[in-house]
Amino acid sequence: MKWAPLLVLSAMAALAAGTETKIKLPASRADLLRGEKLFQVNCARCHGAKGEGSRGPALTRPKLPHAPDDAALVKVINDGIRGTEMPGAGAMSDHEVRQTAAYVRSLGKVPMKPVPGDPAHGAEVYRGKGNCAGCHTINGEGGVAGPDLTTIGAARSGAYLRESIVDPQAAVPEDFLLVTVVPKNGASVTGIRVNEDSFSIQVRDGSGRSYSFWKSDVERLDKQKGKSPMPSYKGQLSDAELTDLVAYLASLKERK
Amino acid sequence: MRSLMWLFAPAVLLAQINVPYERIRDADKEPGNWLTYSRDYSGQRYSPLDQINAGNVGKLRVAWMRQVDELDTVETSPIVVDGTLFITAPPNVVEALDAATGRTLWSYRKDIPGDLRMCCGKVNRGLAILGNTLYYASVDAHLIALDARTGVLRWDVTMADYKTGYSSTGAPLAVKDKIITGMAGGEYGTRGFIDGYDAKTGKRLWRFNTIPVKGEPGNETWEGESWKTGSATTWVTGAYDPESNTVYWGTGNPGPDWNGEVRKGDNLYSDCLIALDPDTGAKKWHFQYTPHDMNDWDSTQTPILAHGMVVLANRNGFYYALNQNTGKFIAGRAYVKQTWATGLDEAGRVMRVPAAMPTPEGTLIWPSLAGGSNWYSSTYNPKTDLYYVNVKEMAAIYIRGDAEYKAGAQFNGGGQTDYKEEEPYGAVRALEVATGQLRWEYKLHSPSHSGLMTTAGGLVFGSNGTSFFALDAQKGGLLWRFETGGGGGIDANPISYMSGGKQYVAIAAGHALLVFSVE
Repeated sequence: MKWAPLLVLSAMAALAAGTETKIKLPASRADLLRGEKLFQVNCARCHGAKGEGSRGPALTRPKLPHAPDDAALVKVINDGIRGTEMPGAGAMSDHEVRQTAAYVRSLGKVPMKPVPGDPAHGAEVYRGKGNCAGCHTINGEGGVAGPDLTTIGAARSGAYLRESIVDPQAAVPEDFLLVTVVPKNGASVTGIRVNEDSFSIQVRDGSGRSYSFWKSDVERLDKQKGKSPMPSYKGQLSDAELTDLVAYLASLKERK
Repeated sequence: MRSLMWLFAPAVLLAQINVPYERIRDADKEPGNWLTYSRDYSGQRYSPLDQINAGNVGKLRVAWMRQVDELDTVETSPIVVDGTLFITAPPNVVEALDAATGRTLWSYRKDIPGDLRMCCGKVNRGLAILGNTLYYASVDAHLIALDARTGVLRWDVTMADYKTGYSSTGAPLAVKDKIITGMAGGEYGTRGFIDGYDAKTGKRLWRFNTIPVKGEPGNETWEGESWKTGSATTWVTGAYDPESNTVYWGTGNPGPDWNGEVRKGDNLYSDCLIALDPDTGAKKWHFQYTPHDMNDWDSTQTPILAHGMVVLANRNGFYYALNQNTGKFIAGRAYVKQTWATGLDEAGRVMRVPAAMPTPEGTLIWPSLAGGSNWYSSTYNPKTDLYYVNVKEMAAIYIRGDAEYKAGAQFNGGGQTDYKEEEPYGAVRALEVATGQLRWEYKLHSPSHSGLMTTAGGLVFGSNGTSFFALDAQKGGLLWRFETGGGGGIDANPISYMSGGKQYVAIAAGHALLVFSVE
C-alpha cells in the first residue's frame, strides 16, 4: 500500500459505487408513443427513423452492448458514450429520457432484418479486388489511413455501409477533415487533421505518421471540407460484389 | 482500383513510429528519446542530455501543460518517441501528445467496471512501446495493446479477475519480443505474479507466481494455507540486463499487511528482488529485504543496475548493494532513521529488534508504513557516481488487528496511526552507490511522495509536495524551483527529452502533466 489515508477514501468510494439502483421504465401506450416522438427528434438522425441504424448502430436488437440493463440505458441516453460519436441528451427531462429508453427497448423486441449477401465472398472482395486493407485495419491487419473496421458491423447499418462505399463523400464523419499543410520551409503534408487550435495544427498522414506545425511556420493551410480520401467504388464493383462486401462488413461485430 | 498514393505521397518517404527492441537496448544512442519506463533498461532514470544544466536551469519555464479532468492523481512517466509523447492518465486513459505543443494526437479510454476497488486510487505509472505498438496495464488488470499511430486497440487480455482484488498500475517492460508486466492488489489477499506475453498476439507465455505453491521450494515459509492469500504483488516496473538476459523485478508486502501471526515464516517471495529469465519466466535468484514483513514495506521500487551491482534504497529504511549476477549481498546500511533492526548481518539479512512489531495497543517504529522511500524512482548518475533518493524521515504507531479473508475485500490485519511528536520531514539524499554512505542531503519541509531523475547537465530533478525543483548533482544546492499549485501533490517521476533541437523536462503534478524548457 502506498499511503494510509487513502484507505478511508477508497472505502467510502467503494460504498458509493455499490449504491446503483434498479429502475423501472414507464410502460403505458402513451409513454411509448411519446418515446417514439422523442426518439425521432433526438435519435433518428443517427440511429434511423425506426432504430434500424445508419451512422449510429441499429437498436433493433435484444441486447445493447453499452446498455445491458435499463439503468445503463438511461445513463447512456443522458450522458452519451465517451469515445464515440454518441452525445448525451440535450434538453430532455428525466421522464422524457425514460420514455425514450422505453421506446428503445421496444425496438429490441422486433426481429432484426438480416443484411443480405455472402459475407465469405465479401471478405474476398475486401482483401482482393477492393484492396480495402491498404487503408483499413481489421483485427490489427491493414493500413491506418482510414478508420479501423474491426467492429464496424456493430456501429453502422448495412445501408450506411453501402452508401459509404459507393459515395464516400456522403459518409464523412462530422469531425473528419482532410488538410494539406504547406510549411514555409520543408515538404507539404496531406492527411487527416487530428487537432488544431489558434497557434498549431496536428496532422496524421496515410502511413500513420503524425506531424505538428506552428501556424506561424505555415505558408498555406488547405482544408478540404467534406472530402474523403477514399475513392468511390461505384462502377468498380459489381452489384453482387458490393452486396457481399457490405454483408462481410456488417458481420464484423466483435473483436477476434 | 485507382491508387490513392497521390494523397499521401510525402509520407511514404518518412519514417514511422517504430521502436524495435534494439533501440531500447541501445537507448544511449538516442538520448533525446525516452523509450522505456526508466529511459533505459538499467533503471537509472539518468538522462544523458545536458542542454539544460546548472548554468541555465534558472531560466526553466513551463512550455505547455496537459490537464486531466479526473479526481485521481496523474502518476504517469511518459514515453517519448521522435517527437511524440505517450502518457497514461486516470481513470483509464492513454494519449499521444505532440512533444513540442502538447496537443493531443489521439486518445484511448477503457471503461472501468463500476465495482472495481483499489486501495490507493485509480492511478497508472506508464507504458511500454515495442515496434509500433503501445502496451498498457489497465486498472482492471487487463494488458492492452494499442496502435501507437492511431490509438486503435490491437488486443486486450485479462491478466486476473479484478473482482477478487487484482488490479494493475505499473508500466509494462518490453524485452525482445515479449511484454513483461506485474500486477497490484496487495491489500486484498491476492497472489502475486509477473507475466510474460507475446508482444504480437497477447498470448501469455509464462507466469512467475511470487508465492510458491505447496511442494515448491519456498512454500514452507508460509504457515498452513496462508500462502494462498499472501499478496507479494509486483506493481512497479523492473530493470533488465541484456548481457546476462536477466529481468530484475521487485515484490510487495505479504498479506495481511500488519498481522504476521496468521502467516508465520519468512513469507517468500514477498518484499524480494527476483532475478528472472525473460524467455521462460524461470527464477535465477532472489533476495528478500524484509523477511516476515509486518509493516507493509513493499519492495517494488525500480532497482538500479550500476557497476555490476543491483542497488536500491528499500522502503524498510536500509540501502542495499547486491551482486547483479548472483544476488549476493555486497554492502548495506540504514539511509533513514530506523528502529526495527540492529543492522544487517553478513548475508544482508536484517537483525530484528524483537519488540519492534505491530501490537493491538500500537508500537512506535521508524520508518512509517510509507517507508524510508517508496515506489517512486531513485536515480543514479554515472558522472557523479552517486545514487539519489527522495527520503521520508517519519515514524508510525503500528497496530495489529484481526484479518479475515473475503474475496475482493481488503485484507489488512491492522494499520498505523501517525506519530507527530517528532516532526516528520523529507530530504533528497546522495549516497555512494557502492556503500550507501551519505555524501550530501537537501532537506525538505515534509516527506515526499515523488521520484527523482538526474541528468548529464549535472542536475537532480525532484519534487516535494507541490514543488518541483532542480538540485546541483555534485553538491545538493537548490538551483531552480517551480510551484505546481494546490489541488494535488506531485506523485510521479520526472523524465527529459528533445524535440525540435530543444531539451524538455516533464513531470506529472496533481491532475496535470507539466513540461518545461529554457526559453
